[in-house]
Amino acid sequence: MIKVEHLTKHYGHVKAVDDISFHVRDGEILGFLGPNGAGKSTTLRIMTSYLTPTSGNIFINDLNVLDDSLDIRKIIGYLPENNPLYPEMIVYDFLKFSAAARRIEGKAFEERLKKVSDLCGLHGVIHKKISELSKGYKQRTGLAQAIFHDPEILILDEPTTGLDPNQIVEIRNLIKQLGKEKTVVISSHILQEIQATADRMVIINKGKIAADGTIDELMSGFKGFTRLHLEIEGADHVKDLTGIHEKMKLADIHTSNGITKVVIEYPNTLDLRKDVFQYVVKKGWTLLEMNRHRTSLEDMFRILTVEEGGEA
Amino acid sequence: MNTVRLIYRKEMSAYFNSAVAYITLIIFLLINGWFFTSSFFLIGQSDLRILFNSIPLVFIFFIPAITMGSLARENHAGTMEFLTTLPVDDYQIVLGKFFSAVALIGVGLLFTLPHFITLLFVGTGPDIGAILCGYVGLLLVGAMYASIGMFGSAVSNNQITSFLLSFIIIFALYLFDKILIFVPTFLSGILQFLSTDYHFSNISRGVIDSRNIIYFLSVIFFFLTLSVRVLEIRKWR
Repeated sequence: MIKVEHLTKHYGHVKAVDDISFHVRDGEILGFLGPNGAGKSTTLRIMTSYLTPTSGNIFINDLNVLDDSLDIRKIIGYLPENNPLYPEMIVYDFLKFSAAARRIEGKAFEERLKKVSDLCGLHGVIHKKISELSKGYKQRTGLAQAIFHDPEILILDEPTTGLDPNQIVEIRNLIKQLGKEKTVVISSHILQEIQATADRMVIINKGKIAADGTIDELMSGFKGFTRLHLEIEGADHVKDLTGIHEKMKLADIHTSNGITKVVIEYPNTLDLRKDVFQYVVKKGWTLLEMNRHRTSLEDMFRILTVEEGGEA
Repeated sequence: MNTVRLIYRKEMSAYFNSAVAYITLIIFLLINGWFFTSSFFLIGQSDLRILFNSIPLVFIFFIPAITMGSLARENHAGTMEFLTTLPVDDYQIVLGKFFSAVALIGVGLLFTLPHFITLLFVGTGPDIGAILCGYVGLLLVGAMYASIGMFGSAVSNNQITSFLLSFIIIFALYLFDKILIFVPTFLSGILQFLSTDYHFSNISRGVIDSRNIIYFLSVIFFFLTLSVRVLEIRKWR
């Protein structure tokens, strides 16, 4: 169980993380979602003892990052953002070094090495220099380092950045597989990333928590709306369309070559397509196209992280 | 201690897997060799005084060049984040890296032994005890400079900045007892005591005085502690 409590971190005058609290339950994959610069990496860096909080604390089991940093580092596997590695080292030596730092040596090392190379698909590159590896293999090497000591808790900061679509799928599958036994915190600025891997998500924006819950919970709590795209020929005073229902709003309108393109919005709880069609028929216009878009998780993320933040 | 050895080994292999160690060692040996052979036969004395004068001088460049990357490169490349999130204490990182720099300095000193052997062949009754003492002194000077180098390297992400900062501190300490005639008398005692050469010259004559040893050890301790503090402060930023 990871408990983040009233965590605040300032860089000079900049508040990177501003009094956030959330929990990660044992055995779950938590997606930590937010736009760039929201404070994700800072939070994870405090969790892994790379940074010290300005105030607040993080509790892991009965340890906390202020007093038990060394013990916490023993039970955590961490893949930092941008996956820093020693380019001149050989993959084998790198893993041997990080394993030795965690007191895994000799026979235990060789056994783990075999398991981890199987899991991360490292067999072909184990004796190569890290600088010679492709980005995907570098990422696997970083991940291998993070899971080598079979940690209780795995913290992955943007693990799929810069990978190609196939590699992304591979890494996601690997994370899901690891998540069956471990507590995983995975950060990303891409919603699909979190949707594909996480059980629950915490959305952070400008150093504050914007939402926290499972994907279903977040969707049901979110008052979404429908966008209706219309193309009408021979229309005049299209704006009057909004008179159909009081909750209907005009989002966009423009006319060219006698064809008017209109976008109207209304709450998801209503379905006004029939009314719109009948209105158009009554007016004698020709309806060329009608298209319904419902707001998705994607829109919710955008709204939570952009509009509420005041940066529309 | 195991962890310190682990870091030490990693640093040693990093030194010898790149050109840094070889190039700096070759330059170090060339300059000292030139100093030594160009005047050894002219002076005609059976000691290594020339070498013991030139090495501390060459150290002023040689050692910051060895240590400049040690922490600065990790800071720059971001590998510091990997290293400091392992269950490893900051002091273990600093010590491991410090010892590897000292070992490289030791290797450099080892390669000056041919000069000593030359002396054994051509000299008349050299004072071997004094010479061994001199080597111990050189290693202490080297270790002290390396600790300053660690500090310079901890402060910056940039290797050139690290080099210059360490160089300035080391050079100042070297210069102190050369400028005594220019400073007021009440300062000259302090400056002389702070100066590296003052303590080294005693040892290189074959006199091992605990005051000199304590000087070197306390400067080493001071700068290594400072380096560890700098690493800690980076977490607070």
